[in-house]
This record gives sequence, C-alpha cells and structure tokens, in this order.
Amino acid sequence: MNILKFFTAGSVDDGKSTLIGRLLYDTDSILADQLEALQNSNRKNDDGTIDLAILTDGLRAEREQGITIDVAYKYFQTEKRKFIIADTPGHIQYTRNMVTGASTANLAIILVDARNGVVEQTIRHSYLVSLLGIKHIVVCINKMDMVDYSEEVYNSIIDRYKILAQQLKLVDVNYIPVSALKGDNIVQNSERMNWYNGESLLHFLEKVDTDNLDKSQLARMPVQWVIRPQTEELHDYRGYAGRVLSGTFNLNDKITILPSGASSTIEKIEFFDRSPNTAHAGQSVTIHLKDDVDISRGDTIVNASALPQESKLIEVDLCWMDGRALDTSIMYLIQHNSKVTKCKINEILYKIDINTLEKHPADEFKLNDIGRVIIKTADPLAFDLYDDNRSNGSAILIDSRTNLTVGALMFRAAVE
Amino acid sequence: MSTYNFDYLDELEAEAIHILREVAGQFEKPALLFSGGKDSITLVRLAEKAFRPGKFPFPLVHIDTGHNFEETITYRDKMVERIGERLIIGSVQESIDQGKVVEQKGKNASRNALQTITLLDTIAKYEFDACIGGARRDEEKARAKERIFSVRDEFGQWDPKRQRPELWNIYNGKIHKGENVRVFPISNWTELDVWNYIRRENIELPSIYFSHEREVITRNGQLMAASPFLNMDNEDVVFRKQVRFRTVGDMSCTAAVESEATLIDDIISEISESKISERGARMDDKVSEAAMEDRKKGGYF
Repeated sequence: MNILKFFTAGSVDDGKSTLIGRLLYDTDSILADQLEALQNSNRKNDDGTIDLAILTDGLRAEREQGITIDVAYKYFQTEKRKFIIADTPGHIQYTRNMVTGASTANLAIILVDARNGVVEQTIRHSYLVSLLGIKHIVVCINKMDMVDYSEEVYNSIIDRYKILAQQLKLVDVNYIPVSALKGDNIVQNSERMNWYNGESLLHFLEKVDTDNLDKSQLARMPVQWVIRPQTEELHDYRGYAGRVLSGTFNLNDKITILPSGASSTIEKIEFFDRSPNTAHAGQSVTIHLKDDVDISRGDTIVNASALPQESKLIEVDLCWMDGRALDTSIMYLIQHNSKVTKCKINEILYKIDINTLEKHPADEFKLNDIGRVIIKTADPLAFDLYDDNRSNGSAILIDSRTNLTVGALMFRAAVE
Repeated sequence: MSTYNFDYLDELEAEAIHILREVAGQFEKPALLFSGGKDSITLVRLAEKAFRPGKFPFPLVHIDTGHNFEETITYRDKMVERIGERLIIGSVQESIDQGKVVEQKGKNASRNALQTITLLDTIAKYEFDACIGGARRDEEKARAKERIFSVRDEFGQWDPKRQRPELWNIYNGKIHKGENVRVFPISNWTELDVWNYIRRENIELPSIYFSHEREVITRNGQLMAASPFLNMDNEDVVFRKQVRFRTVGDMSCTAAVESEATLIDDIISEISESKISERGARMDDKVSEAAMEDRKKGGYF
C-alpha cells in the first residue's frame, strides 16, 4: 500500500468541500463522535441532510464565513491506498494557499460546475496545476444532478477543457461526471449516468500510477546533518544524514559534493540498524564516503555522472505570498532544501494574468502575483529544472525582516 | 532501475526523520516534548533512526501534571535509561506551589489547562527555540490546518491567520528572539498509522494502553479512572471494569474505553472498527466546537 497525495481546486460554490466530505463519508472515514458534532451543527442542506462540507471547515473564522481560508489536510484510506488530501480555497485571494497545497500533491482534482462549464476560475486552477507541475489531473464535472445528468452538457464541457489542457500542455487529464451532493460517481458508479463508462472517482484514485522519482537518473541528497558521535569506539565515525530527493545511490557509486565539487565514493549506506546496498528516492538515510572530505549542512551529494545545474543567476517562476509587496532593492533569503543563502531579484521579466494566461510587463509583485523573474544568489545553488526534478527545482524566499515565507520559486533555467 | 518496497509506513517514517533532522540543523536549542503517550514514544523511535549512533541533538522534556498514571512514569524512567538521553521535567505542581497557576475547582477540575503555563515557563527557562511534539492532523479540525513547523510568539500563541505557507518539503524555521517553533513530525500520520508502526517496530508501550481491570466511575457519560486526583463525591459510584486507554494524558481528563484488547493486534482491529475517534475520549475537547483552536492559540501543544 502506498500514499497518494492529491489536492482539490475549486470553490465552495463548486461543491469542493462537499466532494471531500462525500469521499470521507462514503469511505466510512468519519467517526461517530465527529458525525455527532456534525449532526448537532445547525448547518444543513436545503433538503435537511447533513452538510458534508462542515467536515473540512477547521477554523472558527471559516465556520462563521462558511468558506475555507487555509489549507486543511485530511486523511482516509481504503484497502488499496492511503490518501492525503490538501483541501485548499479556490478564490483568487487564496492563490498562495492553492500553490502551497499543490506543491506536495501528485494529483489534482479540478472541479467544474456543470451549470457553468469552464469559467475563469477553471483556467486559473488549471494554470496553477501546470505551474506546480502536477502530472495527473482529474476534472470532476460536478452538480450533474442540476443538469439532469445530461451527457450533452458533460461532453460540451470536456470538449472545451481539452482545448485548455492543450494550451497548458497538461498531459494526463481524466474526466468524471459527478454529483458530490448526491454521491454519483464518487465511490459507486452512478446508475443515473449509464452513458458514462469510466470509473468512479475513488476507484480512479485507488489505481492511478503516480510518478516514481526513483526512475530519475538524477541522484540527489542534500546533507541535513552530520552524525559524529565522537565517542571512543566511534572516534572516526562521520555519517552524512539526509533524505534522497530523487534517483538512487548505490554502494561504490562515484559521487560529487556541491558546491565544492569534491568527489568521492560511497563506502556505506546506513539506515538505523541496517546497511542496505542502495538508497532510493524518498528514503532518509546516512551515507559514508571513502574520502575524508569537508561536508556540512547545505551541501548536496549527487551522482557524478549526472550533475545538476550550478548557477548564481537563475530564471524562476515566482508566486508572491506576502501582504508586503516584493522589493527589488532589498536582499531576501532563499532556502533550497537545506541550503540557505542571500538572494536578490535582478529583473522582473513578466507577470501573468492567471485568469486569461496573458503575460504583462510588470515592475511590482504583490500578494498572489505570479510571473517570471531572474534571481541572483550569493552562493551558487546546485539545482535541477523544476520540470525535470520537482524536489530539487524548487525553493522558497524568506523576508529576513519578518522571517516570513514570502515567495515560492520554481527553477526554469540557469542564466549564463 | 531496481525495484524496492517503499510502503506507506516507510514513507511516513522517512518524512518524519527528515523533519527531525531539519530541526537539528536549523535550531540552536530544540527539545522533544515527551508525554509518555504512544505518539511521543513513536517520536523517540524516529529520533533514534534519525540520529544514531550519535546522541539526540535535544533533550526530552516532560511536562508533569503530577496527576499521571503511575505506569507512564515507570515507563518513562525505564525508557530514558535505555536510550541514555537527557530528561528535563517541568512540574505543574511547582507552578501551583509558586502561585503561577491556580488549581481548578469542581467536579470536572483537571490540570490539563495548567500545563500550558508550565510548558511556557520551561521553554523560557531553558530558552528552547523549537519543541518537537507528537500532534497529528487527523486528531482534530484545528490541527488539520496547522503547519509542520508552527511558529509561536513569545506568549506561546498560535495565530492561525498568520501561518507561513509550507511548500514542498522545505521548512522555514527562521524566528525572532523570544519566538519558538512547535514542530510536528508525525503530522501526516493517522492514529492507525501510529499503531501499525508500533506493531511493525515492536515498540514497547505503557501497560495502560492494553486491557486491564481498573476501578472506574462514570463522568459525563465516560469512564474515568477512580483516583485521588479526581474530585469525587457520594454520587460517584466506583466499580470495576475491563478497560484500556487510547491516549495517555492527565488522569483527571483522560477517559477509558471498555476493551478486551490485550495485544497490539487486538487494538488495531478495535481501532479499525471503532466509531469513536481518539480525541473523543478527551474531555478537554468537549467544551466547545472551537476548544482545540482556542487552546492552541493560548500556547497549548
């Protein structure tokens, strides 16, 4: 059994919270006391049934306003898989929350209201999914009960969406007609839409094959911590602890340490009481090298045959996440995995109107703005392009005045 | 490409180890909050996996309400001896004696709320800049929205509206002096995940997690262990029941569940079928719908 992390884009009006509530409810993932709290709540649907959306509204302000403000994580599992849902708000003022939720997801569910079809919001959400490099997409045409479960309506919406998908270069796009409110095609296949021959949403989620970072040739491990017991019996012990971001490391592999460029060979891989021959993507391990080289936190161990890019000038997509606008005159901190260095925004190339996908020249970046900039870092970063290797192609910007995370960065090119 | 079996427990474990090592790398004076419950016991195992054969780069800190289950303290002391790490105890009784907090009165009196003050005092005394805790997002609605690195101001307060975005697996632990960060490495685990992990790793637990016969009373529809810490009167009828505890908290606020589960396998099947969530057995959450959110804003774990 493995884990599927997915995120849901859509607003309250599209029935997003109802959809998640329905998944939890129909997979028996709501426990009795939660259900009791739900039934005692005074929010009900028009027909008197429980408003399942309440299950995902966590904070008091959200309950008062009946909307999702922050990213909420929800968990459920079936016999086939464990699921982690990042439930994010859909309105444009919460773009940063959507970007946050999408950053760790392998799959995105995009909700389209069958009555409205592909609207501005659909374009925005789909753009964010493409920006964040989510490979698998399920477009749920929701509220089919409101359009008499019409196949024509469904077909016209997916025809329109296919044009958008092409424009955004989305690869694996799947379509499912659903009614979250009535439960059609969520867990069980709906009898009210016999014209639909595909799977229910849950069955699809259970079997979709997500990316295996292990397939990547780009073996990368940022060093988080150097283990040095310095006891008598372990006097010379020096282990480099970190999590393999991508690819695999094998015993006797030739490796390079960046940024120093020093090289060595893997002598031993340790995982607590075991010494495996291989460390795979996703695993947290400790690596020992044959040579005594100077390595500390922030350095990255990579396979010598597939080196990352190394540059101080990088073209990146930037999503601005702070109430205080970007200031090109000051220095920020950039955190790329375990490496932190100073950074400036050298040039703003353009901003993108995420409702229309048009690019505009810009000289400022405010909350929720997205566009392309060139950054200059104090120390060189050893990175991959985001599309090649998400985990080594992303970073955050920190405002050292407030220590807040103010920007999400996706590396697009090294600037020569 | 070689194939390998990396299942969901491996993935959760690897993520938690990564988070623990980030704490070690980013903070000067971290601490691991150890309650003696299964979640913090799991954290200790994860810390062993993250840092052995080195020492932990942090001490364990136990906020002792003085109303503990005896079994928990026995377990704690034995475990600390086994792992050879430093234990710091923050005492709620001491906070009461110093007049910093006042014991609650009445039938539902508990020291659970008082812990917050002792915790904040302990953080201030040792100047901890990060406190690792075993909270999980599946426990409660407010927790579902909390970050893995959760910044608290110098009053220990959590401000849900000012949370930092947490992107990819990058954790921003930068803080100003006086602030500290609560870190939750097992945020993405569910109760069942924790139990499955404990089974897989063969981790020993305090005996109160397993079925045993105990003197109890009924309070607000729940079974409470009869103890000198509970304000009882003539209306309270003490009787014996076969019970176990699903969480380990203060004796005055942790309810027992009727159970015959003596083995970990029994517990896992019991939870799989159970219709009461874990925090349902915590009276401290029952006060209002926003109980946990309010306590977290006040500095609770």
